[in-house]
Amino acid sequence: MKITDGSARLAHELLDRCADATPDEVALIDASGSHSFQEMATDSSRAAGWLQAHGVGRGDRVMIVAENSAMVVMWVFATLRAGGVFVVVNPTTKSDKLAFLLEDSGARAVIVGAIGARELVLALRRSPTEVVSVVWLDEVPAGSTGVASSDALASTDELRDPETIDADLAAIIYTSGSTGAAKGVMLTHRNIVHNAWSISTYLDLRSDDVVMCLLPLSFDYGLFQIFMGAHVGFCVVLERSFAYPYDVLTRMADLRVTVLPGVPTIFASLLSVAPFERLDLSHLRLLTNTAAALPPSHIDRLRDAFPGAQVFAMYGLTECTRVCYLDPNRLDDKIGSVGKAMPNTEVYVADPEGRPVPPGVVGELIVRGASVMRGYWRRPRETEEWLKPGPNQGELVLHTHDRFRVDEEGFLYFVGRSDDILKTKGEKVNPLEIETVLYELSEVKEAAIIGVPDEIDGTAIKAIVVARAEAQIDVRAVRNHCRARLESFMVPKYIEVSDELPKTESGKIKKTALS
Amino acid sequence: MVQGDEAGNSRDAPSSARINSPETHDPSDTSRALRAFLTENFLLGDDEIDEDTSLIGSGIIDSTGAMEVVAFLEETLGIAVDDEDLVADNLDSIARLTRYVTTKRSRSAG
Repeated sequence: MKITDGSARLAHELLDRCADATPDEVALIDASGSHSFQEMATDSSRAAGWLQAHGVGRGDRVMIVAENSAMVVMWVFATLRAGGVFVVVNPTTKSDKLAFLLEDSGARAVIVGAIGARELVLALRRSPTEVVSVVWLDEVPAGSTGVASSDALASTDELRDPETIDADLAAIIYTSGSTGAAKGVMLTHRNIVHNAWSISTYLDLRSDDVVMCLLPLSFDYGLFQIFMGAHVGFCVVLERSFAYPYDVLTRMADLRVTVLPGVPTIFASLLSVAPFERLDLSHLRLLTNTAAALPPSHIDRLRDAFPGAQVFAMYGLTECTRVCYLDPNRLDDKIGSVGKAMPNTEVYVADPEGRPVPPGVVGELIVRGASVMRGYWRRPRETEEWLKPGPNQGELVLHTHDRFRVDEEGFLYFVGRSDDILKTKGEKVNPLEIETVLYELSEVKEAAIIGVPDEIDGTAIKAIVVARAEAQIDVRAVRNHCRARLESFMVPKYIEVSDELPKTESGKIKKTALS
Repeated sequence: MVQGDEAGNSRDAPSSARINSPETHDPSDTSRALRAFLTENFLLGDDEIDEDTSLIGSGIIDSTGAMEVVAFLEETLGIAVDDEDLVADNLDSIARLTRYVTTKRSRSAG
C-alpha cells in the first residue's frame, strides 16, 4: 500500500519520499560516481523483484558482505522492499565467522563484494546453509554459483507488495556478545524510521548537507547516515576507508562536505595531517563523534583546525542506535559529558534493582523509547538480560550494561562498562574472541587481551602471550595468524611475549595487573 | 607521517629487512623489497600479488596496514613521506609504491 499522507512508516519509504520530491538530487557519491534518489529507488525496486523471484520472502534475511558502495545501499533498500531483513557484515570477516553468521541469521541470499569474496566462498563450502541465492557485486569468481549484481538488476521479475508493517524486522546488526559469539541486534522499520528522525533532528541536518561516510555500513553509525540522508534528503559520500587520508581530504574539499561523522580513531588520524594548508575545508559545519569519548584535548584541536564547525559528543549503542548528545555550546562547561537524551527518548541511571539513583551516584544507564531494539535474534536469554520490565506496566526498558552518572543539571557522564568488552576504532571487541584465536597456536600456553590507552584508537588491543615450555613465539606469526582469523579491527596492535601472567588466588589470569 | 603505531615499537615491529639500502637506487630492488615486506606482513595464503593489484581494494591491507606501509617507507627505505603524499596514486600497489619511492629518491638526490 502506497503511503498517502507524506510520512514514511517503513524504512524504504524514506527513499521513496525523496525520489518523489527531489528525484534528480544526488543521494550518493561513491567511487563509481553520483547516484540520484530516483536511480536508487528504481534500481532497488528492480532488485527487490529479483530477490522475491529468487527465494527471499517477507521476513527472510539477506546478508551483505561488502565494502562501502552505492550498490550496498541499493541492495539494502532492495531487501527492505522485498519484505526482507538486511544484515550488513564487515567485509574483513573471516570464513569461520561468516559461516557462523550465515547459520545464525539463516540468510536466504548473500550479496558479496570483492574484499569478502574469498572468505565467503570458503564459508559457503564449509557447512550447509539456507542460502539459495548469491549475488556478486564485482566479478563472479571462477567455479562459483550465483549471479552478477548487474544481471540481477536487469531482471524483469515483478515486485509484489510483501504487506510489510512497521513492527516488522528491517535489520539485524551483529555486535560482540559477552559469551564471545556475536549476537544480532534486531531493529524494526519503526526503530529505523524513528532513529533517523531523532538523530537528524537534534543534529539539525539539512537537505543541502553533504555528509562524508568513512564508517563501514556494517557499523550502525555508518548505516544510519544512509537512512538519515533518505529522511532529510541530503547527499552521502561513501568512502571505503581512511587509509589514504589526503585523498579523502581532497574529496572533502572538492565535494564541499559539510558533515563528518566519526569515531575517535578517525578524528585522531585527521588531526595527524592537520593543518590543511592547501585544502579548503571551510564548508565543514558539523563533526559528530560517537562509539567512544573524544579526549578533551582532541576536541580543542578539532575546534582549532575547523573553526567553522561544531563538535557533537554523543553516546549510543547498537541496541538503540543512539542515546544522547551534548549541545556543542556546553562543550566547555560540561567537559567529558555526553549530554542529554535525544528527542523522544528517556534515560535514567539506576541501581542494581532498576530504581533511579540521585545525581552523582554511579549506576547503570537505562533507556526507554521507540529507539530500543526488539531484542537479540534467536537469543531469548540474552534478550532478557538487556530488555527488562521497567517502571511502567507492560513496558520493557533497555539495560545498557554501561555505568553512568548524571549531574545536578541532568547531564550524563560515561563512567565505564560493566563487562569485559573493549572498544577500539569504534567497534566492540570481546577479548575472549581474540584469546580463543591465540590459543589455536600450539606454541601459546597462555594469552590475555587487554585494552591500552592509545593516541589514535582511544583504546588499542594488546595481546600478552606466554610460550609453552620448549616453544618459541614469533610475534609476526602471531599477528599473521590473527589477521587470517579475525576482522581487521580485532587484530592486536601490540603483541608482547611474557614469561608468565599474573594470577588470582583461584588461578584465573588477573588482567587488572597487566598493562 | 609518523604515528604512535606498532611500527614504532621495536618489540613487535613488522619485519623490515634492509634489502634495499638508500644507496642502491634500483627500482627493481625497491619493488622486491616492497613485495617481501607485504608478503611477510600481510599476504595470507598462497596468492600471488600483481604489481598493479590495489592493496586496499583487494583487502590485502586496511587503514592500519596503510600506516605500516608508510612506516616501512620511512624507516626501512629512508623516504620522508609528506602528508600530501598520502594518496592512493602513490601508495596503493607495488607498482605505484615503487614509482613513488623512485621519484622521491631522484628528487632528494637532485
